[in-house]
Amino acid sequence: MRKILVPHPILTLFITLVWLLLANDFSAGHVVLGLILGIGIPQITSVYWPERPKIGAPLVIVEYVLVVLWDIIVSNVQVARLVLFHRGDALRSTFITVPLELTAPEAITTLAGTITMTPGTVSTDLSADGRALLVHCLDVDDPAGTVAQIKARYEARLKRIFE
Amino acid sequence: MPIVAEFLIAALIVVGAFFLLVGSFALAKLPDMMRRLHGPTKATTLGVGSILIASMAYAAVVRGTLSIHELLITLFLFLTAPVTAFMVAKAHILRDRRERAKLPPTGSEKGWATLDPSPGSTDELAGFERK
Repeated sequence: MRKILVPHPILTLFITLVWLLLANDFSAGHVVLGLILGIGIPQITSVYWPERPKIGAPLVIVEYVLVVLWDIIVSNVQVARLVLFHRGDALRSTFITVPLELTAPEAITTLAGTITMTPGTVSTDLSADGRALLVHCLDVDDPAGTVAQIKARYEARLKRIFE
Repeated sequence: MPIVAEFLIAALIVVGAFFLLVGSFALAKLPDMMRRLHGPTKATTLGVGSILIASMAYAAVVRGTLSIHELLITLFLFLTAPVTAFMVAKAHILRDRRERAKLPPTGSEKGWATLDPSPGSTDELAGFERK
């Protein structure tokens, strides 16, 4: 019964919240309208989402968001410094391979997005078997260290959230 | 409006504008495609973020109303910026033969998804079986 009414409880909450933010209005009418959308849309689209990711460890999610926000600020300053004070040709840009321990598609997507938003790295491709990420670094002197940092800072936390 | 809030909001707008300018400047300055991708994906996040925080602060202090749909712009930016960068990068390594030669190995027998037409990789869920 619960599976039929709300196949994706988190998605339901999320759509309702996004609707309230879009309307910029937290009156009862909009809450009801948001709930109608939040229950209706997952039901109509549930055919395309037969499984749902397991998401646990809410405290780790908060920690992850804070770590990523901080890294985004740091990365902005770093990239700005590299762009303004270094010659473009002098940047030691290279591709690195990040082997993945994550298996859930949602977790890999989150990791790839995070890598793009954080210090000096852009995720470029996924290997055909989903076991490694191709990452481009803007300026790096220690590629192995960058891989280790990505795995320790982001992948370890995502592993606790999604698995 | 209190003078402190006025200064704070002005500072946020200036910081935001600065990072947006740096992001656009990086696009023009850096020498090749992959390096150019770094400017607009990052420098703009903090730029847009600062201006949105300024917008929320302005609504709260000056108009006395709570305005939080700016958070949605942040959300959509965080969803779209990495995906755009990812698609641009994939198209680039598919098209550019010299860039392809520089790619490191994947560490397994399968190649990178954009370039590897090997059997099994046509299945979009290959390697993604849930445990």
